[in-house]
Amino acid sequence: MLVFGTIPYLVIVALAVIGLATVALKRNLIKIFLGITIFESAINLFLVSLGYRDGAVAPIFTDAPSTEMVMATPQALTLTSIVIGVATTALLLSFAVLIWKHYGTVDTDKIRRLKE
Amino acid sequence: MITDAIIANSPALLVMIPLIAAFACPFIGRISPAVRNIWVVGAMVLTAAMALLLAGEVFSSGTVVYTFGASAPGMSVPPDSGGIPVRIVFTVDAMSALMQIIGAITGLSIVLYSIAGDRRHTGLESYYTLYLLMIAGVMGMVSTGDLFNFFVFLEILSISSAGLIAYRIDRGVAVEAAVKYFVLSTIGAMVILVAIGIFYGEYDALNIAVIASRMQFTLLDQVALVLMIAALGMKCGAVPMHFWTPDAYSMAPSSITAMLVVASQASLYGLFRVVFTLYNVTLNAATVGWIIIVLGVLSMVVGVTMAIPQKDVKRLMAYHAISQTGYMLLGVGVGLAVLGNQSLLDAFGYVAMEGGIFHIINHAMYKGLLFLTAGAIFYRIGTRNLNRMGGLGHNMKYTMVFFVIGALAIAGIPPFNGFASKLMIYESVFMFNPILSIIAMVVSILTLASFVKVFHSIFMGPRLPEYADVKEAPAPMLIGMGILAAVVVLFGLFPGVVVDHLIEPAAQALVNQGAYISAVMGGA
Amino acid sequence: MDLIASLYTGSGYWNPLVWLIAIVVVFVIVYLIWSRGESGYKKGTLQTTPFISGNPEPEKSGVHVPGGNLYWGYTEALKGYYSRLVPLHTGRLNDYLLWYLGVTAIIMVVVVVTA
Repeated sequence: MLVFGTIPYLVIVALAVIGLATVALKRNLIKIFLGITIFESAINLFLVSLGYRDGAVAPIFTDAPSTEMVMATPQALTLTSIVIGVATTALLLSFAVLIWKHYGTVDTDKIRRLKE
Repeated sequence: MITDAIIANSPALLVMIPLIAAFACPFIGRISPAVRNIWVVGAMVLTAAMALLLAGEVFSSGTVVYTFGASAPGMSVPPDSGGIPVRIVFTVDAMSALMQIIGAITGLSIVLYSIAGDRRHTGLESYYTLYLLMIAGVMGMVSTGDLFNFFVFLEILSISSAGLIAYRIDRGVAVEAAVKYFVLSTIGAMVILVAIGIFYGEYDALNIAVIASRMQFTLLDQVALVLMIAALGMKCGAVPMHFWTPDAYSMAPSSITAMLVVASQASLYGLFRVVFTLYNVTLNAATVGWIIIVLGVLSMVVGVTMAIPQKDVKRLMAYHAISQTGYMLLGVGVGLAVLGNQSLLDAFGYVAMEGGIFHIINHAMYKGLLFLTAGAIFYRIGTRNLNRMGGLGHNMKYTMVFFVIGALAIAGIPPFNGFASKLMIYESVFMFNPILSIIAMVVSILTLASFVKVFHSIFMGPRLPEYADVKEAPAPMLIGMGILAAVVVLFGLFPGVVVDHLIEPAAQALVNQGAYISAVMGGA
Repeated sequence: MDLIASLYTGSGYWNPLVWLIAIVVVFVIVYLIWSRGESGYKKGTLQTTPFISGNPEPEKSGVHVPGGNLYWGYTEALKGYYSRLVPLHTGRLNDYLLWYLGVTAIIMVVVVVTA
């Protein structure tokens, strides 16, 4: 049971590492944005799994099968985070469209007119 | 009656007014540009009035606690909750009030400047919407007493800033700057969310006062502290995480750059709030203090040495912003390093913290002034390249006077405000460790050297033929710059009264964690 | 009296109004010295044009030293430092992020080991 309880955290660490590695090492701007999205999913999973209690049900009062429920606050935090993630991804993708239009490339090695 | 109700609800109005004005701006903008300008200036004047009213209330009668959704604003702990504040609480203590004053004065002068300075741009409804959202973000970030609320306002601020940095597009270069700023900002904000999640998982609370009262310095707390320090340090431009700062500051429209300075300082406020109010003496004050001192010294030195060979005037000023942030980190870091030791705190710790905090407000004023003058020059001659400018002192006399005031203030020359805060930092840091103080003084000299270079290449010299018919900047821009210059001169001429009434309560509020906790939890 | 109070740092005090009085005295002395100068000259004649060892005065745009060249000596002298610092600012987004993650890792090691 102890090993079972830590599987979500192992998945979170794996996703976070994959996400950060993508952002740090990939050259294509779209892949970097996908890495941000993966990292965001890892964070959302972390927040939801913080509230889990063993053997509890979803925190809905109507017709609840039992009164032992998982914590509801992290679920609210996760919803807020997902919405912020949507806004962030939308803005990043619009930036990518503009960069493609003006630079002709989405390679971070070539989008370097501002340096030193 | 009405004024009492307004003052009692001013923390909420402070964030509500810019939000409502921002979302109504595109619709009002359809009527005519003049109506939109009146709407935006009116919203900013109201927000500044709310901020100054609230600051006056805080400085005269102590910390203001505002609970959203409770039956009375001061009732942060509901009677049936068992002593836990369960709603979102805005805790405005003296440090928050100081940051609100900074946001109010800077926001007002920038909006007056923008009315004239940005009128050649298209799509101005979106511009002012995002600008009012930035104001809402800054005001919310510095007033809130709840960690997740801080994260939400931080994201509001960074999303609207990213949109405004890319506003001019500038053949794609501004969008490149915005992408660099925004990717780093998003990763940083998500790391902050990890830290908030760690705090929630450990202490089952999101309110800063509650976590502070339950804080033990376990391994997870150490991890969360490091994540917060690194992310907030990156957001305020500390070296070696500063690479986005010159790109973003140089490509944004000049009024937005002045506001980005305030945004960076709101992140600096967040850093101090986490280190001083969340942790206080539970953390290893010597180590964390020295980490902040090292970040500060690196920022000062690298900032000013990278600034001297620059050719773009706004990029040069952005590197100086990094350097001055180093002064603030140095001053407050010295205060943090002696936090557990009351005798050293009384000897020089409080003075160091007051110097760092005084430098925050001074920097916002004179850096905003400098960026606005750079924007005025760019408005008239269309270039930011120092190699192509010259002899503008004949045509733009008022801009030259404002630039001289800003340049002397940033170099720390009496009688301007930069000298007062730098003097406090030099003398207190010298008692802590003389080498740091000597580095700070050398950096100050290099700052003066760099601004002499800028002043000579822009304003001095004979009247160049290609700039023969350049006129002075338009009147609203001069009024905006004039407000900031007046604050620079006044704070420089009367530093004693400013430090006694504004800065010392702020420093005491940061160090005194117990007062913060008891203000929210009612003495429990 | 509160308005003209001095700023007390831990080891001294600073009062800008005293400094202002001193500056006003200095300016008065400077003005007295300046007013004893030569006042009987005619503007616009050979008496006010710059003297460059008898050479003709170059045109206005050739006289002004542009900003990028002003501190050449300083940057030449510190070339060892600048040649290592400036290439670090590559302009690549991935490098910016690696710096941020690296600094987080270093601070993490320092704080966790010393606690």
